[in-house]
Amino acid sequence: MRDYTEEQLERYSRHILLNDVGVEGQERLLDGKVLIIGAGGLGSPAALYLAAAGVGTIGIVDGDRVDISNLQRQIAHFTKDVGVWKADSAAEKMRAINPDVNVIPYNKYLFASNIKEIIGKYDFVIDGTDNFAAKFLINDACILGNIPFSHGGILRFDGQTFTINPNESACLRCLFDKPPPPNLVPTCSEAGVLGAIAGMLGTIQAAEALKFLTGAGELLNNKLLTFNALDMQFRTITVNKNENCPICGHNPTITELVDAEQAVCDLK
Amino acid sequence: MTVETLDITKDHCPMTFVKAKLALAKISSGDVLEVTLSGGEPLENVPKSAQEEGHKIISIEESGDNYLIKIAKK
Repeated sequence: MRDYTEEQLERYSRHILLNDVGVEGQERLLDGKVLIIGAGGLGSPAALYLAAAGVGTIGIVDGDRVDISNLQRQIAHFTKDVGVWKADSAAEKMRAINPDVNVIPYNKYLFASNIKEIIGKYDFVIDGTDNFAAKFLINDACILGNIPFSHGGILRFDGQTFTINPNESACLRCLFDKPPPPNLVPTCSEAGVLGAIAGMLGTIQAAEALKFLTGAGELLNNKLLTFNALDMQFRTITVNKNENCPICGHNPTITELVDAEQAVCDLK
Repeated sequence: MTVETLDITKDHCPMTFVKAKLALAKISSGDVLEVTLSGGEPLENVPKSAQEEGHKIISIEESGDNYLIKIAKK
């Protein structure tokens, strides 16, 4: 067990006090490695909470720079950061919250060609991306690499998330075998989002990562959590592993990674 | 069986119990932690919280202006 300074004990006291976390759970967080893909609406709150929690190594990936239209919901970025790499901008805030954490920013997008090498260094992955191509790529890379991950998505007033334990619980392709055709993806004019729901969903994803690392409670395995913020209704839908799933079923047809076609409207 | 000691007379809630939990985490099941603490809030809460987490309070004694509590780790 590591020696805690007085400051570290104070910093992590509210975790240590929890019976389901305790000193042992905090140790697992400090030893933990989480990769956050996307430093946007979902990735921002996830990154800040995981850094605050003392997750020892946090990678954060984004190939984009901060735009002023991001600031309505991507809370790791400030007005002064417009034009800065999003991963660098988020990393700066994470280090400011908790200098104990080793933050590794990746100022790049992930593709079939580079995702495997990066995710292989982590215990858990948070999908905070905003497009179907990336979501299916992350799913496939995590299933093939046997890395648990949290899927998340938001649009308008709606959010959905579930947590995948590869080959044990349902994956994204068990539910949706392939990305929707580009003409079914919302157009730019349909793609507003209430800023605060990014925080709601990204924070649920952060909680799942913390539960995974500490072993506390039950993950959203085989449980798709959805909410609509207009009536503030939450639902948990039981989902099942699909034996005909093209990647984790009995006879998988996907055995290597490929990049899917991007949607027409590439939102920032 | 080993006996470890911990002085939390200068700490306040909830750091009193945080430090007791850390000290308990460092010893093995059945080992004893002797905690020196102040009367009032720490005396009321630390033994209770330790019990709630399954540890056994062996004794509570006055020790000068403070109290000495012996806790056996679960």
